[in-house]
Amino acid sequence: MALLVKQEHGMANATTRTAVTRDLIGLVAIIVVAGIGYLLFPNNLALLTRIIAIAFLVLSLDLVTGFCGIATLGHAALFGAGAYAAGMASVHFGINEPITMVMVGLIAGAVAGLISGAVVLRAHGLPQLVLSIALIHLFHELANKASSWTGGSDGLSGITPDPLLGMFEFDLWGRTAYVFGVVLLLIVFAVLTRVVRSPFGMLCRGIKEDPIRIRAMGGAVQSTLLRMYIISGAVAGIGGALNAISTQVVGLDSLSFTLSAESLVMLVLGGTGSLYGGLIGTVVFMWFEDLVSAANPFHWLTMVGALLILVVLFAPRGLYGSAAAYFTRRGERR
Amino acid sequence: MQTVFSVAVDALAYGMVLFVISIGLSVTMGLMRVVNLAHGAFAMIGGYIASYAVRDLGLGYAAAVLIAVFGTVLIAIPIERLLYRRIYGSPELTQVLMTIGITFCIIGIANYVFGPTLKTIPLPAELQGSVDLGFRSIATHRIFAIACGLAVALGLWYLIERTGFGVKLRAAVDDAAMAAALGVRTDVVYAVSFAIGIGLAAFGGVVGAELLPVEPYYALRYMVTFLVVVSVGGAGSIPGALLACLVLGGIDTTGRYLWPEFGEFFFYAAVIAIICVFPRGLAGRAR
Amino acid sequence: MTNALEVDNISKHFGGLKVTGNVSLSLAPGDRVALIGPNGAGKTTFVNLVTGNLSVDAGTVRLGGEDVTSKGPMERVRRGLVRSFQVTRLFQDMTPEEHVALAILQREGRTNRLFGDFRRMPQVLAEVDHLLDELGLEQLATTKVSQIAYGQQRLLELAVALALKPKVLLLDEPAAGVPQSDTGRIEQALAELPADLAVLMIEHDMDLVFRFARRVIVLAAGEIIFDGLPSEVIENARVREAYLGSYANASSVA
Repeated sequence: MALLVKQEHGMANATTRTAVTRDLIGLVAIIVVAGIGYLLFPNNLALLTRIIAIAFLVLSLDLVTGFCGIATLGHAALFGAGAYAAGMASVHFGINEPITMVMVGLIAGAVAGLISGAVVLRAHGLPQLVLSIALIHLFHELANKASSWTGGSDGLSGITPDPLLGMFEFDLWGRTAYVFGVVLLLIVFAVLTRVVRSPFGMLCRGIKEDPIRIRAMGGAVQSTLLRMYIISGAVAGIGGALNAISTQVVGLDSLSFTLSAESLVMLVLGGTGSLYGGLIGTVVFMWFEDLVSAANPFHWLTMVGALLILVVLFAPRGLYGSAAAYFTRRGERR
Repeated sequence: MQTVFSVAVDALAYGMVLFVISIGLSVTMGLMRVVNLAHGAFAMIGGYIASYAVRDLGLGYAAAVLIAVFGTVLIAIPIERLLYRRIYGSPELTQVLMTIGITFCIIGIANYVFGPTLKTIPLPAELQGSVDLGFRSIATHRIFAIACGLAVALGLWYLIERTGFGVKLRAAVDDAAMAAALGVRTDVVYAVSFAIGIGLAAFGGVVGAELLPVEPYYALRYMVTFLVVVSVGGAGSIPGALLACLVLGGIDTTGRYLWPEFGEFFFYAAVIAIICVFPRGLAGRAR
Repeated sequence: MTNALEVDNISKHFGGLKVTGNVSLSLAPGDRVALIGPNGAGKTTFVNLVTGNLSVDAGTVRLGGEDVTSKGPMERVRRGLVRSFQVTRLFQDMTPEEHVALAILQREGRTNRLFGDFRRMPQVLAEVDHLLDELGLEQLATTKVSQIAYGQQRLLELAVALALKPKVLLLDEPAAGVPQSDTGRIEQALAELPADLAVLMIEHDMDLVFRFARRVIVLAAGEIIFDGLPSEVIENARVREAYLGSYANASSVA
């Protein structure tokens, strides 16, 4: 008996080890892909940095939609809050230290997450979806009207970040911004892989599948979801701040319904409920957007729509989810 | 006093247009439980067809309305067959994605075919001008819109409460499996309700073009407006939808009139407030 | 000795309809009680009143002597009142190991932790292994629930309930829907429940009731009409009438 228990411990430890190994592989993969991107597109680092910033938004959405099962079409509110907060910190308060700006974005995102969560979690189903859409429009209108603070429809310009760590200028080619973005992404990704495997992450997955069961286990559903919303906001806020720092301007599009919907498309394209899915979806979608809108900007929306329909019909688990399922099946057959 | 009156008339007209467009969404949502974000896109298609019929083909207004309604239904049928059929009973997220995909496609295609500019649907002489009520005159079109709304409400009430089809429809809304077991062909009921819903959306899109101007982003701009009518009114409830339209029409019109500089701000704030207070809708039946 | 569960004169009306009327019962630690009754007797309502999913119109519910009448379901779970579901409610995408670990962590108030993996918490792991082992699920520890048989899902449902270390366990038809071949395993698990645990089982299968229960309560039309030994229940005139109506001559209840 004692032997058996020991053996099982060994097994469980092996599971942990594979999980840790997979996380390490994930981090290495991010570094490798980022490096390849740097070498292949040295003149397009701005786009690559934008992809990283949006990846934060998609990861953040994944936390809420993929891990908690909340359908929202207003998630850009959290990203935009981070972007505007970091931008306004620089323009109006002279806070130009990049890491501080990111922290400001993180906090603003978390606050926006708290507000969004408190509102969106009031209802379920269609009313919940409507709340999320109304919320993003409300944020958008607010930013539009408070133009003395936000620059309104002209955008908030004049963001002038100091050199990173006092050493690296944010150069014209966007090298510093890109490296800064990659490092931030690695940190956040490493933290999130641990969070989704933590007891809290497990509770969230349970809530997604059956909130009534969780209540019968004595778990608190609403407050858990709200906490996840705050964490999600912090992640999106970092992305917003990164975008503000790298482009040195914040536009109303960062608080738009379209960005919210697009981030959902990216997440579903990659696969919900997995951080890798979120990243893959972002890269593929943004790259696709860059190609199509360069070739024919007129048809961009049609293409996104068609892509979405195709994913729903043929790859409902997304690229990563479908591929993972395929390899699992193959592995089982052997 | 006069401004109060004219705001009230505008609010009523706006609310009625919202009602005509959204009621089809409400019925199909109550029936098929599909979160259809593309509903407004069909209203937009109706508007485009009518505009094309009047301006390019030189047809009369009444003919244009008819062509728009039937044309939109014709376009919608294959979309229902090929795409909507696959998401009945799917998780909400799947439905959201599919219908938002359809919306994006329709917007993109409308943009390509008709261009990004605003399309008008010229009114016939009888609907232009205004009617003098003695103490105040009202734009004839507003009265027309209100009359259309009332006619649709009455017609639907009759259809649902007084006809054989209505009995089947109500049975399918309450319990589709049971209705099917009792011999109701639910797929036929679904298809007919979907067609009626889309037809009404197109009708509303044409009649309401003065208040909700037809342009490619129509489908996105008013998406939340139509959805909110359903979620506030309660899916499948006609009185709920009517009440929701009047309340939301009132808030939106008053907001625009009193604080035009805030745009949609009050509308969205009101939407959030109403749903937070009534998370199950005013009629309390939504799920 | 204080009772584990004490229900005192609770009643509930839906509109004008009385669904539970002045029901009282108490469970001492170690009790094995079966709650039976014809369809529509109000068993489900009664369970919901005890768990706090419905609020009582009158009466009190006490857990371990503490009045929990005004407390919600969550508070009652945390005070040791745990239920299982008639139809299993498990997380299809999670493994048995994760289910049990989640229940343990929830019991210990550790599910708010953002870091750490239960697979690296030796105490949690040991308890998970122990519980799965006890219910014969150790082979399936890392298989997703959607891939395991229904009978084993029922056992897992039991494991989750036990992981919450209940003082009172409400079992809602623990063997419902399980193929005959697997009921033996479930009965064995029921027989091995901790000795000091108070168990109230709602069940239709009278064979199971007679094997498991040392006391039977019969609920009919929202009221308790019998509370006594299993051997006496089938001879009781009121019970026979509740089940069989005027055909009270038939020889068995079930």
